[in-house]
Amino acid sequence: MKNLKYLSYKLREDCVNIIMAGGGGHIGGDMSVIEILTDLYFRQMNISPENPEDPDRDLFILSKGHSMEAYYAVLCEKGFLNLEEVTREFSKFGSKYIGHPNNKLPGIEMNSGSLGHGLPVSVGMALAVKMNKGPNRVYVVTGDGELAEGSNWEGAMSAAMYGLDNLVWIIDRNRLQISGNTEDVMALEDLKRKAEAFGWNVISVDGNDIDEVDAALEKAKVCKGKPTCVIANTIKGKGSPIMENKAGWHHHLPTQEEYEQIMQDLEHQKEALKDE
Amino acid sequence: MNKIANRKVICDVLMEEAKTDKDLVVLCSDSRGSASLTPFFEAYPDQAVEAGIAEQDLVGMAAGLAKMGKKPYAASPASFLTTRSYEQCKVDCAYSDTNVKLIGISGGISYGALGMSHHSAQDIAAMSAIPNMRVYLPSDRHQTRKLMQALLKDEKCAYIRVGRNPVEDVYTEDNCPFAMDHATEIRKGDDVAIIACGEMVRPAVDAADLLEAEGIHATVLDMYCVKPLDKKAIIEAAQRAKVVISVEEHSPFGGLGSMVAQVVGENCSRKTVTMALPDAPVITGTSAQVFAHYGLTGEGIAKKAKELLEA
Repeated sequence: MKNLKYLSYKLREDCVNIIMAGGGGHIGGDMSVIEILTDLYFRQMNISPENPEDPDRDLFILSKGHSMEAYYAVLCEKGFLNLEEVTREFSKFGSKYIGHPNNKLPGIEMNSGSLGHGLPVSVGMALAVKMNKGPNRVYVVTGDGELAEGSNWEGAMSAAMYGLDNLVWIIDRNRLQISGNTEDVMALEDLKRKAEAFGWNVISVDGNDIDEVDAALEKAKVCKGKPTCVIANTIKGKGSPIMENKAGWHHHLPTQEEYEQIMQDLEHQKEALKDE
Repeated sequence: MNKIANRKVICDVLMEEAKTDKDLVVLCSDSRGSASLTPFFEAYPDQAVEAGIAEQDLVGMAAGLAKMGKKPYAASPASFLTTRSYEQCKVDCAYSDTNVKLIGISGGISYGALGMSHHSAQDIAAMSAIPNMRVYLPSDRHQTRKLMQALLKDEKCAYIRVGRNPVEDVYTEDNCPFAMDHATEIRKGDDVAIIACGEMVRPAVDAADLLEAEGIHATVLDMYCVKPLDKKAIIEAAQRAKVVISVEEHSPFGGLGSMVAQVVGENCSRKTVTMALPDAPVITGTSAQVFAHYGLTGEGIAKKAKELLEA
């Protein structure tokens, strides 16, 4: 087993390099979602670049599609894509490496970008798995600001209605969206009780603690008859104090000076975690 | 008078297919009755999904099912299916390239007296503007059957619009020429080309027959395949004729008329006129009353043709 805590910070570095090379990206949400993606791709999901169309594979949808740079870093590390090529071509003229998921690329199941799409689509996938009596598990990651989109709640209702215990909805609860704090823009709390009222098994964890994320996903596997929602409480911009918990870093492009500071902070984190 | 609505034929074809194809799935949004799909839900409960009154979820779920190899047919009133869930049609179906068949029922002004909220006079324009989305408006029950049988064989998304009420036959069971994505030439003449889709094909044929009685020869094209549009058929019909008329149950903007005018304008010099619903809330009434009010009848189309030819 790889040192996943260390890997999470290495992937943050890859992600920041992709953003710098492409001249833009959604760095704040990329940094908050890294542990969630790392646990899914390197510990939880049955998925492999050697057999990407395996009918028994687990399925992932990034509903908060703007965290694509983090997803690129993970897909490259997993072997679906080539990091050097992605970094070189991201956002460039004519590139296939765009700023949101594109399922013409290996490893990506569905296109997203417009918010509020992932949950209904993942409900359809989980329904199909139930119809086929398949072993697959379906994972969808939404943002928190995204949850003001009503289509999420349509999907949430139908997942509970059909008892989709093969579906896990992970909320990257970093509490910030482009205009500020989610509770000031469009209040979500009490989010846990809301999801419970919609018929979900809800688990709240520290979403930047990869072991807590993993434990929640293990608990989800033994919950029968209802879908599981993991509220992953994260820090937007996690990894460097200069961007943590700052709404302005939603899609801020670091200056060269900021970039150097971020990389230094990430290096320190890696150094501290390398022997874990 | 035919008593069988096109939506009933859709259910018949899907029921027949579901006997052997266990991947076929039908989804409704509290619309199984309106879609004539109640028999399907009763006969194949394991292949039927109810979304409730939630069209965005309906289309998103259909896309997820399709991604997993299912063959979903999502049926909901055309007005809500195409504009309430427009983004799901664009992103989850067309952009993600999933094999979702979107069945828009009670299309156009089928819900005559229910007002503009229930009319779908924008669906052709909306759906045609999405890359990778196909748009079909079959004219009668026989063509609807042929179209559905063809769609069952392919694996790309499409939007199919049908009306609520039974419509007069254009074809017969034994004589319904059909080639996928090719217009059907029902009449051939060199004075006027009448190009119609959906429920407007029957009045277009009636118009041609009225004109013929007066010695005016009309071509009638059943352009059920609005997208991909059969441009070759339009150009051939237009070049043969002196004037071109398009007829549709849709807004005058962005529908069949706009597309026909574009093709004619790019390829031959012919006066081209769009007959459609007005760019305004439609007058209250049954389909027949509304069509008569706006001249979307055999008589109305024939009158327009004569005006144009005399001008």
